[in-house]
Amino acid sequence: MEELFRISYPVAAADYSSAGKASADIKRRLKQLGVGGDVLRRVAVASYEVELNLVIHSEGGELCLTVFPGAVQLVSSDVGPGIPDLDMAMREGYSTANEEARSLGFGAGMGLPNMKRNSDEFDIKSKVGTGTTITMRFNLSA
Amino acid sequence: MQEKRRYHSVRLDKDRCKGCTNCLTHCPTAAIRVRGGRAHILDNLCIDCGECIRICEYHAKVAFTDVMANIKAYKYAIVLPAPSLYGQFRDMARPEYVLEALKRVGFDEVFEVARGADIVTRAIREKLREPNQPRPLISSACPTVVRLIQVRFPELIDHIVDIRQPMEVAASVARAEFCKKHHCSPSDVGCFFVTPCPAKMTAIRTPIGQKKSELDGAISMMELYGQLLPHINEMLNDPDFVPATGYGVAWATSNGEANAVCPDNSLSVDGISNVIRVLEEVENDKLSDLIYLEGNACIGGCVGGPLTFENSYVAKNTIRKMVRHMSPEHPDTAVPSSMLNKYPTKNDLPIEPNTAEKLDDNIVEAMRKMKQMNEIIQRLPGYDCGSCGSPTCAAFAEDIVRGYCTEMDCVHLLREKLKVMAEEMVELAQSRRE
Ligand code: SF4
Ligand code: SF4
Repeated sequence: MEELFRISYPVAAADYSSAGKASADIKRRLKQLGVGGDVLRRVAVASYEVELNLVIHSEGGELCLTVFPGAVQLVSSDVGPGIPDLDMAMREGYSTANEEARSLGFGAGMGLPNMKRNSDEFDIKSKVGTGTTITMRFNLSA
Repeated sequence: MQEKRRYHSVRLDKDRCKGCTNCLTHCPTAAIRVRGGRAHILDNLCIDCGECIRICEYHAKVAFTDVMANIKAYKYAIVLPAPSLYGQFRDMARPEYVLEALKRVGFDEVFEVARGADIVTRAIREKLREPNQPRPLISSACPTVVRLIQVRFPELIDHIVDIRQPMEVAASVARAEFCKKHHCSPSDVGCFFVTPCPAKMTAIRTPIGQKKSELDGAISMMELYGQLLPHINEMLNDPDFVPATGYGVAWATSNGEANAVCPDNSLSVDGISNVIRVLEEVENDKLSDLIYLEGNACIGGCVGGPLTFENSYVAKNTIRKMVRHMSPEHPDTAVPSSMLNKYPTKNDLPIEPNTAEKLDDNIVEAMRKMKQMNEIIQRLPGYDCGSCGSPTCAAFAEDIVRGYCTEMDCVHLLREKLKVMAEEMVELAQSRRE
C-alpha cells in the first residue's frame, strides 16, 4: 500500500517524565489529518500503552507512525531486552515492570493485551538479547 | 478555512500592542500570531481563556463586556452575580451584603448564580443515576474547557454533561419569578451576569449547546468591584429572597462543583495546562474509573478568573469561611424537584467539534501538507524563538503550509541565506578579477 506519511519518535528507557509525549503528538497529528472517532480513540489507547512499554520495559527504542490511504500503522521497536515467554506476556494481568515503574503506578500488566484489543491487526516479534518489535494496524473506515 | 467570524470577548487593542511576542507561547491553543508588528488572534482557535490578558504587560489584550449603561436598554434589570464575586471582598461574611450593594448600584433584582449551581447540582446528580454514562462525565460549567475540548479533544465531546451552566439556569428562574411577581413581560427584563472571565461573556453571545442564552449580557467583576465597594454595609432585606446553599456558593472555587456533585469519585483540576494534561489521560482511557471530572481553566477555579480583582488565594479563603457559616443542606433536598421540571436545565443543541486544527478536509491533501510541514521543520533551527511571529517552529511550518507566511520570515533561515548569497558574491567578484 502506498505510504502517505511517516514520522518516528525516539523513546528513551526509564524516561518517565517524557512518557506520553510521543503518543500525544501522534494523536494531535491524526486529528490534524482529520482522523477521528473510534479509530482515534483506539490509537490513543494503544499508542500510549506501547510508548509506556518502551519506557518501562525496554532499553530504549522508537515508535513510528505511518499513515496509508486506508490505515494507520504503529510500529514500536526496541533494542532489548526481549521477552522470553510471549504467551505469558500476552495474558491479562501479567507484568514484569520493575520496582521503579511500579512505584510510579506504571506497569499494571494491561499493556500487550490492551494493545491487541484496540488494534485491528497486531503482531509481536521478540528475541531475548535482540529486542522486540510490535506492529499494530488500525483500519480507517472511509 | 475562514468561515464567518466568531464572536470573542477577548480582543486586541491595536494601539497598545507593541508586537513583543510575549503572549505567543502562553496561548494554550496556539491562537496568536505576530504579523506586521502586532499580535493577531486567530478567530477559529481562540477559546477566550484570557491567558493573554494576564500576560500582556501593555494591557493590549482586553475583554469586551457590557458596560453598566447597557442595563438601561431594559425596563427592568436583574443582576446575577457569580459566587466568585463574594470572594472579592475581604472578610465578607455573607452574600447578602454583596447582594444589597448590587441593588444599590442600579439593579431592580438580584438572583444568585449559586442558586443556579444548586439546581444544576441536582440535575447532574440525576444524570449520574442514568445508566451507560461515559466515564468520566466532564463538567460543562467552564466554557473555556468546553471550547478546549471542541478544538483539541473532539473525541471527548460525548463526555461533556449536557446540563446547562449555572448562570443559564439561574437566569431562567430569575426572569420567570420576576415576571410573575411584577406582572411584566419577559422581554421587559434584562438579565446580566457578573462575570469573572471573558469566556462567560462569549458563552452568552455565542452559546454552546443552546440556541440562545437566557442572559442578555455580562458585566465584568473587575469593573463592578469599585462601584460596589462604597455600598457594602447592609444586608439584603427581602422576605422573598431564597438564598443558595453553601454547596452552590462553593462552586466559585475549584473542587466546589465536584464536591457537590460526586464527592465519592470525582477529580477536580484547575489551571488550563493541568486541564489539558488530564484530558490527554481521559483520551488515553486512563481515567475511566472516575465518575465525574471538574475542570476549571483558571487556577483556583473562578475566583482566579482573569476579570477578578482580589488575589485568588485570598478570595478562595473568603469563600471557604463564608461557606462554613451557611446552610449545610445539600441541593438534593434544598432544591425542590419541581424546579427541575419547571425550568430548562438540559442543552437543546449538540456540542459540535471545532475542526480548525485540521490541515485539510481531504485526508490525502492533509497528508501532503503534513509531509511538507515535516520537511520544513527539518530545515528550521528548533529554537521556538517566536521572532517569526508564530509560537513555535512547528507552528511556523504549519503556517507556511497553510499559506500564511514563507520560510524567509524565519530570521535564522534568512541569515543563512544571506550568508550563502554573500559568499556567492565574493566568489563571483573573484572569478571576474581572474
Ligand atoms: S484568550 Fe486564550 S485562547 Fe484566546 S488568544 Fe488569548 S490566550 Fe489564546
Ligand atoms: S474557570 Fe471560571 S473564571 Fe476561569 S474561564 Fe472557566 S468559567 Fe471563567
